[in-house]
Amino acid sequence: MRDITLGQYFPTDSVIHRLDPRVKLILMIVFLVFTFITFNYFALGLIAASILMIVLLSKVPLKMYLKSLKVIIIIVVITSVLNLFYGTGEPIFQWHFIKVTYNGIHNAIFVCVRIVCLLLLSSALTFTTSPTDLTDALERLMKPLKVFHIKVHEIAMMMTIALRFVPTLLEETDKIMAAQKARGADMESGNFLKRIQALVPVLVPLFVSAFRRAYELATAMECRCYQGGEGRTRMKQLHIQKRDVISLIVSGLMIAGIVLCNIFLPSVR
Amino acid sequence: MSILRVENLTYTYSPSTPFEHIAVNDVSFEINKGDFIGIIGHTGSGKSTLVQMLNGLLKPTKGKIYFDGKDIWEKPKEIRKIRFNVGLVFQYPEYQLFEETVEKDIAFGPSNMGLNDEQIKERVKKAAKFVGLREELLPKSPFDLSGGEKRRAAIAGVIAMDPDILILDEPTAGLDPVGRDILLSQIDAYHRERKNTVLLVSHSMEDVASVCEKVLVMNHSQLWDFDTTDHIFSRGEELAQIGLRIPQVTSIVDALIHEGFPLKRGVLTVEEAVTEITEYLKREGRL
Ligand SMILES: Nc1ncnc2c1ncn2[C@@H]1O[C@H](COP(=O)(O)OP(=O)(O)OP(=O)(O)O)[C@@H](O)[C@H]1O
Ligand SMILES: [Mg+2]
Repeated sequence: MRDITLGQYFPTDSVIHRLDPRVKLILMIVFLVFTFITFNYFALGLIAASILMIVLLSKVPLKMYLKSLKVIIIIVVITSVLNLFYGTGEPIFQWHFIKVTYNGIHNAIFVCVRIVCLLLLSSALTFTTSPTDLTDALERLMKPLKVFHIKVHEIAMMMTIALRFVPTLLEETDKIMAAQKARGADMESGNFLKRIQALVPVLVPLFVSAFRRAYELATAMECRCYQGGEGRTRMKQLHIQKRDVISLIVSGLMIAGIVLCNIFLPSVR
Repeated sequence: MSILRVENLTYTYSPSTPFEHIAVNDVSFEINKGDFIGIIGHTGSGKSTLVQMLNGLLKPTKGKIYFDGKDIWEKPKEIRKIRFNVGLVFQYPEYQLFEETVEKDIAFGPSNMGLNDEQIKERVKKAAKFVGLREELLPKSPFDLSGGEKRRAAIAGVIAMDPDILILDEPTAGLDPVGRDILLSQIDAYHRERKNTVLLVSHSMEDVASVCEKVLVMNHSQLWDFDTTDHIFSRGEELAQIGLRIPQVTSIVDALIHEGFPLKRGVLTVEEAVTEITEYLKREGRL
């Protein structure tokens, strides 16, 4: 269970860690949007280069990124292969019903690079931003939605709590699994049905304890007079610093470059 | 005869990440069949990690564990067999109950061993009796029991597998004083009747002193000492330095010795202290 690196915070002392979480969140969304709408190799290269730079600057060992890539490598391979064979246009290679076209090759490359970029960038965000900072940033960015009577604070609070309990529940799952294994539970072998059945001794205590924790947390919050977002002040204020401005400018230049590539250099579609 | 031998055992949590932590560091010892052994050490000294390695739940980063002379990780596929031989009751085991009835929950271990229904029933009954769980509780839901009863049910679940070595990780934590004493004496009685090997992890020096023949002391992931109980508890000052203390009665007798009374060192229980002191008074002709 502990091998899941996706979505884990990895504290080191890097520029990326110290950036304002709002800036990081916005930049990630912008970069991802561009990754997914572009059909231009030059733009794609520029995006990939920017993402690699962020990855290197984050001072998180490359091994961690590779670990999170490992999880989706199969998805990447399958979608790339499917795209490779389902391209339209003139075939450049044909064998029975299998045909490969230029269009198919382009699609395969784009899909592959896009998924990898998506994963690297979101990993970079979660590795460098603690869950509380992240939901804090989300809450502030979504503030305008209050006009539509959306309970922004409550949503953010739910997300904070959910994220906060992910490691706790993983730890708990580990413990319960170990305890049932100590009683001879077999979780590693058997057919599909057997394996599902083997989960019952883990899931029942897990749910029981999740509910217990939820009640305890609710009581603890009420004891501290929590009553929602109305009139609540913050201990940690977010301020835009010089490094945030610099990173916004650098990213702005990158994005301008990407847009220019898209306009002036030949796209494949 | 040695039943369990441990050589240079080391365990590292989250190796090669910033969270890397060596929880057990180069520990070696040997346990004889039929011993009742206490494991003590300050919080975070690696006791739970150590005992989880002994029954193959954690695979040592380095080092070997021999059960009955055989390396337990020789055939990793057969590690489940080791878990039936070395039964481990976790810290706060009540959180692992899951079945509809207490009876079924206790039967989980034995049924995983592949016993037939009759044998399982027999074992459940016996185990429930050993831990003092009243028979009318067996058809109840485990979630309807009190905390102490849940604890007993969970311990019965491991005892029902009838392991050669029984390891209990702080079985009395969070129980009331009388409940602690009763549970402890039941474990002791079980040990005497079954003549099996028992390892008891505990923060209560009184508990350890009253039932254990030998004590294994962990300090900062390392084995500090492994010796007979009276030897260990005659080193009160050194124990205090590593965040442990000796049983109260032992320190009272130590204080008397310090004051010049010729008493025996390493007295472990109140009864022992009473005999020792009355004998001294008789010798002096004051009684
Ligand atoms: N799953 C885990 N992941 C990472 N570190 C852990 C894990 N479990 C324990 N540790 C660390 O290993 C060290 C030893 O833990 P362990 O649980 O063995 O201590 P203990 O002696 O049983 O303590 P206690 O008396 O509090 O039960 C501790 O410092 C703990 O923080
Ligand atoms: Mg422990």
